[in-house]
Amino acid sequence: MRLITHNMLQCHVKGCNKDNFPLKLEEIEIEELEAEFNADFIKSMLNRLDWKALAQTTFSLGIAQLPEEMPEELNDEMLQQLHHILLEVDITSGRMVCQGCNHVYPIRDGIPNMLLTESEV
Amino acid sequence: MLPTPDLSHLTSKDYRNVYEPAEDTFLLLDSLEEDQEYIKQLKPKICLEIGSGSGCVITFLEQIVGKNSVYLTTDINPEAAKITQRTGKQNKVKIDAINTDLVNGLLPRLENSVDIICFNPPYVVTETEDINSSLIAASWAGGINGREVTDRILPFIPKLLSPGGSFYLLLIQDNKPQEIVDIMESQYNLKYQLVKKRRAGREQQYVLKFSKI
Repeated sequence: MRLITHNMLQCHVKGCNKDNFPLKLEEIEIEELEAEFNADFIKSMLNRLDWKALAQTTFSLGIAQLPEEMPEELNDEMLQQLHHILLEVDITSGRMVCQGCNHVYPIRDGIPNMLLTESEV
Repeated sequence: MLPTPDLSHLTSKDYRNVYEPAEDTFLLLDSLEEDQEYIKQLKPKICLEIGSGSGCVITFLEQIVGKNSVYLTTDINPEAAKITQRTGKQNKVKIDAINTDLVNGLLPRLENSVDIICFNPPYVVTETEDINSSLIAASWAGGINGREVTDRILPFIPKLLSPGGSFYLLLIQDNKPQEIVDIMESQYNLKYQLVKKRRAGREQQYVLKFSKI
């Protein structure tokens, strides 16, 4: 699971509607991927991202210290950094924990498991 | 003509757990190909296949859209999610597979954000209890009118679609496609177009397109 995907997932336990995004990554294993840099792609994805969640996640993982708000102008260095964060950090295993209800979503073989049991739906 | 994705890495063992591409899959591929000019001019940023199974459809879509998009897939079957990832690798397409039921976990975060959604649902008319009776049954058993799974996804489509985005849905005659058209038009204000229809044995198959205006 790349961090761009992590930025799109949120807790969906019934009645959990507070602090349900972003999911906190715990006990994770990371593999570095290599992706071709494309500045236009990164720029065009910005309005589909949740910047605050991305900044929070990358800070807690210790992989980047992004500004709290999305800068108005993104220089090449920042675009390269975003490229790496979003597309080249692959989480192969671990778990995502909801900060609202503590539900745990496991990650195995690089795939997040968002399934709930019937009582949680 | 665009090539069909390479599925040579999949064996009969894999097809015990995931749906093997068949006429319905190919009708969906042909529909995307026929619509490719429209799809390209949308410049999609996020594409999503619900119930990706082998991953054949999303991989084909990448051939149309190209590298400048994220390709998300969901499947309730963990084996299908893994196989979808493998199909992406085999075809050098980066797919972000998620193991979930329909689109659970994507909303409201992805509200108004998904440009193209594809769904080849479990559409075969069965008893309700057949729907999730096994991993492979989940790929084809559709319950009453073959509609029970499709009906559950419809309310989420207008939420997920970006303005101008489109949803491609495969159905058969038994699913009463006109009823779905009525729901999507009158309740969700989506624009309808029939992309393709084809007869496969006894099945009359359709690919419908619904777009957010």
